[in-house]
Amino acid sequence: MQELENLMIKKAVELLDGGVVDRVIGWKKGEFYYDNTPATFYKKEELNDFVYNGFCGANLSKYLVAESKKGGKVLVFLKPCDTYSFNQLLTEKRIDRDKVYTVGIECRGHLNIESIRARGIEGVVGLEEKGDEVTVKTLYGDAKLKRGEVMLEKCLSCKTKKFAHNACDETIVLHEMPEEDPNKRFSMVIELEKMTPDERFAFWKSQLSKCIRCNACRNVCPACTCFKCVFDNPDSGIAAKANDDRFEEKLFHIIRSFHVAGRCTDCGECSRVCPQNIPLHLLNRKYIKDINELYGEYQAGAEAGSRAPLVDFREEDINPGENLKEGK
Amino acid sequence: MQEINEKYEPLIVAFCCNWCSYAGADLAGSSRLSYPANVKIIRVPCSCRVNPMFILKAFQRGADGVILCGCHPGDCHYTTGNYYARRRMTMLFDMLDYLGIERERTRVEWVSAAEGNRFAAVMNDFAAKINELGENKRLEDLRCKN
Amino acid sequence: MFKVKLTQLNALLDALAASYPVFAPIVEAGEANYGEYKAGAEVNLFKQTVKSAKDAFFPQSQDLMKFRTEGKKIDIIDLRRDIAPFVIFGVRACDVKSFEILDRVFLSEPVDTFYKARREKGVIVSLACAKPEESCFCTNFGIDATAPKGDVTTYTEGEYLYWIPNTDKGEQLTEAAANVLESADKADEKAVEEQKKRVGEVLRRLPNGDLDLSEFKPEKLNELFNDPDWDELSQSCLGCGSCTFVCPTCQCYDIRDFKTNDGVKRFRCWDSCMYTDFTKMAAVNSRNFQLQRFRQRFMHKLVYYPSNNDGICMCVGCGRCVKKCPISMNIVKVIKKVGGKKHD
Repeated sequence: MQELENLMIKKAVELLDGGVVDRVIGWKKGEFYYDNTPATFYKKEELNDFVYNGFCGANLSKYLVAESKKGGKVLVFLKPCDTYSFNQLLTEKRIDRDKVYTVGIECRGHLNIESIRARGIEGVVGLEEKGDEVTVKTLYGDAKLKRGEVMLEKCLSCKTKKFAHNACDETIVLHEMPEEDPNKRFSMVIELEKMTPDERFAFWKSQLSKCIRCNACRNVCPACTCFKCVFDNPDSGIAAKANDDRFEEKLFHIIRSFHVAGRCTDCGECSRVCPQNIPLHLLNRKYIKDINELYGEYQAGAEAGSRAPLVDFREEDINPGENLKEGK
Repeated sequence: MQEINEKYEPLIVAFCCNWCSYAGADLAGSSRLSYPANVKIIRVPCSCRVNPMFILKAFQRGADGVILCGCHPGDCHYTTGNYYARRRMTMLFDMLDYLGIERERTRVEWVSAAEGNRFAAVMNDFAAKINELGENKRLEDLRCKN
Repeated sequence: MFKVKLTQLNALLDALAASYPVFAPIVEAGEANYGEYKAGAEVNLFKQTVKSAKDAFFPQSQDLMKFRTEGKKIDIIDLRRDIAPFVIFGVRACDVKSFEILDRVFLSEPVDTFYKARREKGVIVSLACAKPEESCFCTNFGIDATAPKGDVTTYTEGEYLYWIPNTDKGEQLTEAAANVLESADKADEKAVEEQKKRVGEVLRRLPNGDLDLSEFKPEKLNELFNDPDWDELSQSCLGCGSCTFVCPTCQCYDIRDFKTNDGVKRFRCWDSCMYTDFTKMAAVNSRNFQLQRFRQRFMHKLVYYPSNNDGICMCVGCGRCVKKCPISMNIVKVIKKVGGKKHD
């Protein structure tokens, strides 16, 4: 990791010095190793705080929407999964490709502090990553964990670490990146589909009732780039901030996931940021699975410029609800 | 205490496209075919105009069933509108089913301007189905109930 | 002092619930949040709740009144109901302190009657911290996590929950649970004292336990406001409301009307200064950029509120925002960055 970080900093310095870019988007060191913040670096000296470790799960591509409205050129480091979001944003013409210099970087899956806490390890003040082992230092002593046990959901079910075409101007990859079983992604969706409607209803009721309507899932989503979100429009008649009724939560989450259906690259940011740890990716993945099954395999963001399934059709498409008829 | 013996009357919202299904409903009316009075028709320019939010909001406001009627595939006044609607509604229905909400509460039917008979038959059938399912409990907004 | 086995926690809550509605940290789908206790609910006293305890007095959504029109006549229907005394169980020292901060806002003139009604009827059963986390920084605000106030103070140590009533309300509550509580002896008192000592030692070495807040003075308002570092700090802020909604001291709310099938319901709900549609009173949000919105939140907590309230910060160091911010930007980082240099 350290080697990789050094190379990234070297690359950033080189590009800043050469005048290719005038700023860099990356991650900035936090206080406890796990709390890195996405940040923009303007000067070489600021790069002292640049970090790339196991807690850089944040997807930087959405920041490019705002960045490409500014002058100059920006360097961005993209993990393999972020390249999909980047391509999707290019497709939707939200990013000006000429204003961005992209460097694809190696990823071994990122870690989740919440999973570490969920294992009863509290008071985490520092970590050490060594191969597949993670040593956690806490106020109450050290603990050793396997990397695979505490990865982010999105990394545990990584779609692939193959870089999306054309997304990167260059890449920094030192080791072969581990691939996950691609079928893992939909296993929980399939499990839910197998339940009875009552069980599914109970599952979602208990999950969605936790929603505090903070809108973190929407704000972090690289596919949610509307200038004015329907949920922010007081004239739409949707009291977006109220959470006093179960209907509102269902409405919000159905519509949120629907609005990105076919455009969602499954970057997993919605679930990562949810303060209540609602498995929101299960909604998005349901749409992805349905689209794959009904309209042919499609990976949003695999290539820039592809036509999303929900703005496309075939004459022979099935009628709504037909696939649900013969008891699944 | 007086025994409550109110007969349950489902409320059904039907979104009908202006060019085919609404004319179909008209024909059903002028042909004096009967379909349940608790079907409330909302005319939309095209089935493609219907946004999933419309359907959810109908449920919020107390609908027990929502049906979307449009031109037969291939016959859309705007050539392709209903094809898009078809994909969208397929996705939405799958999602409602996934959340455990009764899938029979929502339906899409293609009804042409000449199919007055079919319109009445579809509405009768849908109303019977909703009657069977009873009140919408899983997508209700309690604030709208009192 | 009384005690009850932790395995009997539900029995204790059942006993309380027989006389009072009880709000306790209830686990639902893996996360603990305050909710009304119902027999058999999974109560977790060891996990910090995601949302703070302020929900008990200042619910996230609350109906205020209802309007019904008939011709030209408008009926205004009061939706206030008499509130029966209720118990809020397992409140940590930081959250107990947050009530004082909210009181200064809601109970000063003009008094918020909705808040007051609930506040007066709430019986607080506090819980001392047995295992502070790295995100905790309550020590900066004069809070002793080992000795929370409240009507009853409880401690979890070994296999027991210790129960110490502090007020008349607390004594009454003790009576309601008399069948479940047993008297504690000298050894138990010693166990509690030892826990206090042990936890006190952890509190002293909290990584953020000793922040320098001296720079946040009302007289430096302009300098702090114009600090160039706000730009960098707010840069990656997503503008979501996670920090405000998990915060025990944030108290901004929005009032909205909802058209029901039978009249219009007016309700209030928490709002966040991080939102683009915040304080959109007459026309637009006066803070156009995320930088301004971000700055507002921290200036309010560290400068504006203290200058109106005898220097008390609008933060209790619970660490919820530290844990929950999607991009790990938080008040601690702000205090260190902005407060870490002189503003003259």
